[in-house]
Amino acid sequence: MEPCEFPDIEQQLAPIFERHGRESSRLLQILLDVQEAFHFIPPEAVTCIAGHLGLPRVSVEGAAGFYSFLSLKPAGEYRILFSDNVTDQMLGNPELMQYFCNKLWLEPGKVSEDNLVSADRTSCTGMCDQGPAALVNGWPLTNLDQDRLDLIAELIRSKEPISRWPPILFEVKDNIRRADVLLGDALEPGVAIKAALERGADATLREMETSGLRGRGGAGFSTARKWSGCRASPGLAHYIVCNADEGEPGTFKDRVLLNSYADLVFEGMTIGAKVMGSAKGFLYLRGEYRYLLERLESILARRRATGLLGRDILGVTGFDFDIEVHLGAGAYICGEESALIESLEGKRGRPRNRPPFPAAHGYFHQPTVVNNVETFACAARIAAQGGKWFAAMGTRQSSGSKILSISGDCARPGIYEYPFGVSVKEILDDCGGEDVYAVQIGGPSGILISWKEFGRCISFEDLPTAGAFTIFKRGRDILQVVRNYAHFFAHESCGFCTPCRVGTQLQKKIVDKMANGNGTSSNLEELKHLGHIMRTMSHCGLGHTAANPVLDMLDKFPGAYEKKLKNLAFEPAFDLDSALETARKISGRDDPWAHLP
Amino acid sequence: MGASPMNKTITIDGKTVPFVDGQTIMDAAMAFGIYIPHLCHNPEFEPHGSCKLCVVSVNGRNMTSCTMPAVEDMVVANDTPELNDDRKALVQMLFVEGNHICPACEASGNCQLQAAAYYLNMLSPHFTHFYPQRKVDASHPDIFLDLNRCILCELCVRASREVDGKNVFGISGRGIDTHLVVNSASGRLGDTNFAATDKAAHVCPTGAILIKRQGYKIPIGQRTFDRKKISEVQMELIEQIKPEPDDG
Amino acid sequence: MDEKKKIRVATCSLAGCFGCHMSLLDIDEKLFDLLGMIEFDRTPFTDIKHCGSCDIGIVEGGVSNAENARVLKEFRDNCKVLVAIGACAIDGNVPALRNNIDLWDCFREVYLYEGGLEGNQIPNDPELPLPFDKVYPIYEVVKVDYFLPGCPPSADTIWKFLTDLIEGREPKLSYEMLRYD
Repeated sequence: MEPCEFPDIEQQLAPIFERHGRESSRLLQILLDVQEAFHFIPPEAVTCIAGHLGLPRVSVEGAAGFYSFLSLKPAGEYRILFSDNVTDQMLGNPELMQYFCNKLWLEPGKVSEDNLVSADRTSCTGMCDQGPAALVNGWPLTNLDQDRLDLIAELIRSKEPISRWPPILFEVKDNIRRADVLLGDALEPGVAIKAALERGADATLREMETSGLRGRGGAGFSTARKWSGCRASPGLAHYIVCNADEGEPGTFKDRVLLNSYADLVFEGMTIGAKVMGSAKGFLYLRGEYRYLLERLESILARRRATGLLGRDILGVTGFDFDIEVHLGAGAYICGEESALIESLEGKRGRPRNRPPFPAAHGYFHQPTVVNNVETFACAARIAAQGGKWFAAMGTRQSSGSKILSISGDCARPGIYEYPFGVSVKEILDDCGGEDVYAVQIGGPSGILISWKEFGRCISFEDLPTAGAFTIFKRGRDILQVVRNYAHFFAHESCGFCTPCRVGTQLQKKIVDKMANGNGTSSNLEELKHLGHIMRTMSHCGLGHTAANPVLDMLDKFPGAYEKKLKNLAFEPAFDLDSALETARKISGRDDPWAHLP
Repeated sequence: MGASPMNKTITIDGKTVPFVDGQTIMDAAMAFGIYIPHLCHNPEFEPHGSCKLCVVSVNGRNMTSCTMPAVEDMVVANDTPELNDDRKALVQMLFVEGNHICPACEASGNCQLQAAAYYLNMLSPHFTHFYPQRKVDASHPDIFLDLNRCILCELCVRASREVDGKNVFGISGRGIDTHLVVNSASGRLGDTNFAATDKAAHVCPTGAILIKRQGYKIPIGQRTFDRKKISEVQMELIEQIKPEPDDG
Repeated sequence: MDEKKKIRVATCSLAGCFGCHMSLLDIDEKLFDLLGMIEFDRTPFTDIKHCGSCDIGIVEGGVSNAENARVLKEFRDNCKVLVAIGACAIDGNVPALRNNIDLWDCFREVYLYEGGLEGNQIPNDPELPLPFDKVYPIYEVVKVDYFLPGCPPSADTIWKFLTDLIEGREPKLSYEMLRYD
């Protein structure tokens, strides 16, 4: 037997267990607390948690091994994760991370020998308008530069608790640059619920129908249809889930909605509860936004205290509804609604087979509606001001407004709310994007458009988007952008299905090869082939869209890769001479036969 | 006599195939004698849908046939050159992802991954090999666990959970690091309650789980897939596990 | 092409065991038919040291060291059609089992710890082919036109494949002929 480093683990975990109880759905929340307390999940804790929740050990190990923010090996008392989004890269994050590593004698991805600190990269932390960004033990650091990293290194060396670090390091701004119906005048808490109650559940659902509201997470499914499907499904309970797992790189509008408009969002969920007869709602908050947790919980507490949540809401007997915040732990895939539900149940975030759909078989197989944060905010506005009012904005197929998260090469990055139908050009003019070459609409899973397409409009019928709007000026290396996205998908694939698990890796390798100047025309064909396989054979949206940036580049930006291609039909898959380096070192040889051209 | 329960049909490659509610496209196809390539599916267990070999085109849209319920009037394309090419690519992906050294594997000739590759006429793995570092666990007295050959079909996970009631296996990691784990703090199979008589010891489609001291018992030429294609073998299997017709 | 002109064929074994070559010889009396249609350039049978211009190059074995890569490149440069024969050329096969072992450990085991060695040291003679960090299939190093799997492919399989190729047909293997072991 290996020596047991945590003989009194049961005692140490007792307060965590006390807090969470014995429901297996609490597994992920328990693991997050263990991670925070121990800076990793010790094997003894895995066994102990399994015993406490009555789960097989493999289920606990499985969940712990799935999420990026959980670590089965020691990750240091201070774990710094540099945001690896393309905007953070453009702002110099890779160099800053190297600087930081050099300063603390760290190797990226490895914990220091004294187990004090580790530095690594993480997918977009949602601070694209105030990057370069990072997380320290889950808390966001913004506007990083060498001075700030010097300070951070010093704080770590002196083992200063993060709670005592200067608040300026953690400052997160809303940066609302353009407000429309959602971000404009605040709605007084309770007004929308009152309107819904006066109207009744049926009529409220009809207002949703009239509004033409479509899901703001990007897919654009009719909210009224989703709600009525869930409502009509029999079940022991109906659940309302707000998807705040805003993981699409370049998207950060939900962060702002939750920071400054949480009441509107909770109001929308409560109205959904009235319509669907639900007593329980969840806000699935991405781990990167953990810093909002206390604030959100205090708002929920205030709403309970003022009769807007809890039992007999607004004095209506039997209208009981409450909301629980559930934290994610670093997994983009959990933005997919069925993966999110799995994660809510405490499991690995693996997308389910569909059908059945969540509206009929969701959270613990009960009817469940999962909507985006912004969708609930819209629902609240519609309840308050009517479906017609909402439908009058935007375009025929895309009613209402859309909040965009604008970042990259522009003078004024931040949050912009427009009625649907606004053109890319108009947006670029507003945010100060000059000499723009390309825009990634909707993040890596969306569409990469070139300057020739700036007349196109934000709408479900033309350019659908969950909100990311990432700008690249002339001179930016589009191949590097696409490479960043290819790495992102390879990192975030859940690993369930063959085409996505393997395809995203193969795609990453080929794009790397091209970026290193060793690509050939045969590699282009291979990328198209992989793209076809991933798009048509994958299990869920992640795999279906993982080739989008590559295929858009091949289609629209030949200049980005053509000059980097070798003028040969074929080039080895690896660098032959480098593959001899180890043996050269071992044998001490450097003769001509120890090299290959 | 009431209406026949099999009065609903779909078409697969032009053939009219009856089904009952609750059957998947795969169930209906197999019952009718149509082979749809698959690796992670085994009719004895809950459908899984991860290998994606069984993807078919339904009214022009790709769907996973082992998990997709059959719905009246679906028009399914299965045995088409395009789909078989894509399936071959998936098998090639599985080959390069792991370390599948057929000539050095006890399961060779009885391996469904290999047989599916034969069926799809795979001449090379085509993609760049990953050559991953994976664990071989010989700690159990009666069973080898060689993760080099694991294709993450989770049949052992399902069998141990659903049939053996033991939960010996699980899945951890994510993306390309997804891997099989066993239910012991040491991570060793020998420290679990796994037994060679468990169902989970006999469902691996490849050579990842092998019973010790059984290797190369069947001479080359007489192994499962030496003479028969995987399509024939799996159709025979369906016949064997088909429930007896109910006389009542 | 002049009808009387024989098809020129080169073969070699890189990181392989020559088993595929042995299997080729196993076509027995058909060798005479074969030699009626082809002539050998560089092969282990002719002892020609370098590959001249050929119609078909047949490569057995994976790419394990710098010498393998040079020979393979010579074949690719000189052969109109390049064939990967056998599991090693196609996926690395048994030699690729070393891919799971650190190269340092390989060297130490072979040159330093193995019994019966004198003056244990890692050799640095330029005559010795320098190993790659891993063994690679040949298609990851050069473009390959045809694959003939098997360990080795049977004599019948090789005969079927070669006659198809020589007679200008797309090589096609029956179910029984397609084997990876």
